[in-house]
Amino acid sequence: MLTSYPILSTLIWLPIIGGLLVLFAGRNNDTVAKWLSLIVAGLTFILSIPLWANFNYGTAEMQFVEQIPWIPMFNVQYYLGVDGLSMPLVLLTTFTQVLVIASAWECIKERIEQYMGAFLIMGGIMVGVFTALDSILFYVFWEALLIPMFIVIGKWGGPRRVYATMKFFLYTFFGSVFMLVSFLYMYWQSGSFSILDFHALPLGMTAQILIFLAFLIAFAVKIPMFPVHTWLPDAHVEAPTAGSVVLAAIMLKMGGYGFVRFSLPITPDASMQLDWLVIALSLIAIVYIGIVALVQSDMKKLVAYSSISHMGFVTLGMFLVYDIVASHGTMEGAQLGMEGAMVQMISHGFISGAMFLAIGVLYDRMHTREISAYSGVVNKMPWFVMFAVLFAMANVGLPGTSGFVGEFMVILSSFKANVWYGTLAALTLIIGAAYTLWMVKRVFFGPVTNENVEGLQDLNKREFAIMATLAIAVVALGVFPAPLMEVMHTSVENLLVQATTTKL
Amino acid sequence: MLHEILTVILLAPLVGAMIAGLFGRQIGRAGAHYSTIAGVAISAVLSFYVFWLYVFQGATEYNAALYTWMVSDGINFQIGFMIDKLSATMMLVVTFVSLMVHIYTIGYMDHDEDYSHDNPYYQRFFSYISLFTFSMLSLVMANNFLQLFFGWEAVGLVSYLLIGFYMKRESAIQANLKAFLVNRVGDFGFILGIAVVFVYFGTMDYKEFFAQLTTQKDVMIEIIPGVEWSMITVMLILLFIGAMGKSAQMPLHVWLPESMEGPTPISALIHAATMVTAGIFMVARLSPAYELSEVALSVVLITGALTAFLMGLLGLIQNDIKRVVAYSTLSQLGYMTAALGASAYAAGMFHVLTHAFFKALLFLAAGSVIIAMHHIQDIRQMGGLKKYMPITYWSMLIGSLALIGFPGFSGFFSKDSILLSLQATDRFGADFAFILLMMGVFVTAFYSFRMFFIVFHGEESEYVKTHKIKESPLVVTIPLILLAIPALLMGLPMIEPMLNGSYFAEAIVIKPENDTMMWVYNNYFHGALDMIIHSFVTLPVILALSGVALAWFMYIKQPNIPGKLKQMCPRGHYVLENAYGFDRLNEIVFVNGTRKLGQFFTRWVDVKLIDTGMVTNTFMAIAHSANGLRRTQTGYMYHYAFVMIFGLLGMLIWVLW
Repeated sequence: MLTSYPILSTLIWLPIIGGLLVLFAGRNNDTVAKWLSLIVAGLTFILSIPLWANFNYGTAEMQFVEQIPWIPMFNVQYYLGVDGLSMPLVLLTTFTQVLVIASAWECIKERIEQYMGAFLIMGGIMVGVFTALDSILFYVFWEALLIPMFIVIGKWGGPRRVYATMKFFLYTFFGSVFMLVSFLYMYWQSGSFSILDFHALPLGMTAQILIFLAFLIAFAVKIPMFPVHTWLPDAHVEAPTAGSVVLAAIMLKMGGYGFVRFSLPITPDASMQLDWLVIALSLIAIVYIGIVALVQSDMKKLVAYSSISHMGFVTLGMFLVYDIVASHGTMEGAQLGMEGAMVQMISHGFISGAMFLAIGVLYDRMHTREISAYSGVVNKMPWFVMFAVLFAMANVGLPGTSGFVGEFMVILSSFKANVWYGTLAALTLIIGAAYTLWMVKRVFFGPVTNENVEGLQDLNKREFAIMATLAIAVVALGVFPAPLMEVMHTSVENLLVQATTTKL
Repeated sequence: MLHEILTVILLAPLVGAMIAGLFGRQIGRAGAHYSTIAGVAISAVLSFYVFWLYVFQGATEYNAALYTWMVSDGINFQIGFMIDKLSATMMLVVTFVSLMVHIYTIGYMDHDEDYSHDNPYYQRFFSYISLFTFSMLSLVMANNFLQLFFGWEAVGLVSYLLIGFYMKRESAIQANLKAFLVNRVGDFGFILGIAVVFVYFGTMDYKEFFAQLTTQKDVMIEIIPGVEWSMITVMLILLFIGAMGKSAQMPLHVWLPESMEGPTPISALIHAATMVTAGIFMVARLSPAYELSEVALSVVLITGALTAFLMGLLGLIQNDIKRVVAYSTLSQLGYMTAALGASAYAAGMFHVLTHAFFKALLFLAAGSVIIAMHHIQDIRQMGGLKKYMPITYWSMLIGSLALIGFPGFSGFFSKDSILLSLQATDRFGADFAFILLMMGVFVTAFYSFRMFFIVFHGEESEYVKTHKIKESPLVVTIPLILLAIPALLMGLPMIEPMLNGSYFAEAIVIKPENDTMMWVYNNYFHGALDMIIHSFVTLPVILALSGVALAWFMYIKQPNIPGKLKQMCPRGHYVLENAYGFDRLNEIVFVNGTRKLGQFFTRWVDVKLIDTGMVTNTFMAIAHSANGLRRTQTGYMYHYAFVMIFGLLGMLIWVLW
């Protein structure tokens, strides 16, 4: 611990309290609401930078730990900490938060203080999810997040928002109940709710399989994986832009994070037994969902399906270790897959966030997301299209953008695990390019065919700043991923040892 | 010092591209072309220095990292340089042709009236071609597979942007999408090839990869259970699939003719001189590996030969001036590929070099014609242009003679070394390939001079008679002249070191028993001049000259013959007209097939099976009650929140107690 103040608590509670403040102070005064929110979000991001600056690369132990009893009767603790797996995700959250607040600046007309407040609170809760080391605390954050998101979609959403919110809520709620039951079972076994104690807890095969499946349901819904993915396109379509950004950039990552924090270390034997299930679902996500994305007529739906497809690389990369050990006898190559999965999460945070923001820019002007309503946007918005094409290329996994890094690593690693995994995963090169660039062609290029497009204005300064920030992030990570990798190495190595050490 | 020079060579065009691309409005048109030309000129001059250092001074191979991209799993993923005679030569070709194209573009774009002038499309164009130069340099300078793939995809990106440069034109944005996707099919194979390298060699670095070849060459892999394949062969064929995409070999050639939608300068630079030869370069670069697999080399050989002949045939019936040149590019790429397949890597690369100059020359000359014709590209509307455009005429003649392999011209030497090497090899498919390439020589001569006669000789069309046709400005003609010089002369001094292997030296590795070029050198070669003199009694030159003669006869002497031929065999014409049906096949099977599949999945699996089948029954009930709930509480957002928080807490407490 190099910092003297509780940095993680600050990152959780500053935005939550700030959000509440915005709710009250910003009432009837939009300017105050906006600026206060931006200051809170910006401050949170700045305060999160020491996490990286002071991060100890040499250890897989939790860092910046805060641990105090919360409900002593049940040994529930207020227990926070980060390692190389969660720290980048915390930074991704605080970073995205700033952009999200900035993105809502002009397009939200009614009750902006509630909107901004909800997003700030969400930001704090999400940091809580990624830093909680007590399972009950984790669960509280995990579920609490649904509320502001539910409100955001339900209140500022599109015409079918009730359907979408209920679907969203039910799916995720349904998933997490099983997770809670698992926590309680393990508490009963170990006498502790600490996640690190769960890691060390010996479990029998049956128990492991049940717990693994319970986790799988919870995380698969969140990521989402086939076949529990259908809530996501609906939620995205109905959600306002900022909601989509948070959903795609951060909330989906919670599922992936769950696998590395819970499933692999807690139930290594069950993971080994059932890795085929996750791998199969991941490959379905990459190929099948990609083909589904191709025929979407709504831009947001298309990008939502693309998100699911890209998250397939995350889950694929995480579960390759067992097949690699089985076929080659060593773990060499597994780290590449696991780190690829982690990089893919960060990169997807940037790219999907950027894509949804780009769609938001168009939606603010045209109030439609139908691909067929557009054509030749480039003629009116050249700067915007420059960014949009860059993000599209990142989505396609072009080397030099962040989208390439994770996909490349996971493809190499999966090829090592099994030639066919690699082959199917590599199909994304074709499918991903097809759905993304076909949309690019229809929306951005071509002649201007209707007067709505004719009247489009290019990005204003605020939008330009948001797009440019993300563009820099996407290119920087693509050109030089080494710094991010270094953060993860020790923790990933430790995780792989945990995942391959039997608990029986 | 060399390291810094190389870094500057690589980055100077990137800097130029960024200045022109990001600050195009501020610096204006002149600012854009000066900044990009400066960048590329610096690269070109320094590349010339490096070329001199390596090819004339015999400097030793330079292999070093620029920076470490990342480290994972103990593997270094680096960006770096491997400079030897092969890459030094390519660097010079890339930067020189690029510089010529940059200069030429000033004249070409100035006459491009398609675009409104408020849009900084001019700056954008310069930014793209400089970006392309950077990407291509990073490809040829790479010392590892990662960077190779980076350059590979980056040139693909720029190609995509430039084919679709006229973004309002539907055909252009259709063509660029197609180009990208077809290339991605190739890259699919390519990345799997890289994955094989990763799995069996555990490195991305060329040198470490080569070093392990001897120990790994007998490894077998089982992709389909029960069937064992040589790992090396699988890897090489996968990598070659990538080359088939980028270098437009059948059946992944379909994107190249349509890439002509892009402005002519980039057709010269990207789709003729440099990018499309990336696949050839890659195979030559990996010659130590390709030498180990007869099967892979046979695949390369046959693919190349088929492309060379069949694509040449399509050139016969094209009426768009750029398309004629495009099909000739396809065909010539086939020659290069076939050379690789015969282990004559140096001959393939030799043809890459000569082709880069004479084909860039042909394209730019065609562009000059297009400028004069006010962007009409149909050769039937031209005719008799010789007297209006003398410089263009002579450039085109030199380019065409080089293309058909007229004795003494650069293309003659490179094409003859390919044909001779093919004769010398006994690899599976070599005889078949040799016959195809021989027939290809005749076809090449015929379609090249068909176009040449129609455009420059022939009768003046109505358009030519009624419009004022004039020679292009100096910025256009000077690059033509500068390109015509190497197209004419470069073969003569290079043929000997190419054949006896001293040109590329260690950069290309050939097993002694496969070294067909050396065999040719020992058995046939008695000096370059002797080669020229003797060639007049050899089959290739006779075929080429008869092709020219027939073209003259059919299009100048008896111009009614082609129409009659068309009537006589309509079926043959139909097949050629439809380019053997590849496009239709792709459209029906892949494009529509996938779209149908997607629709089926969406409608039946996602909506019917999952949403309706799995979810709705449970969901509808709750949705209804929630709807009721919402109605009673409209406007009170917090109630939701409170109900949910307390609900959750209640549940927690209930569970815990």
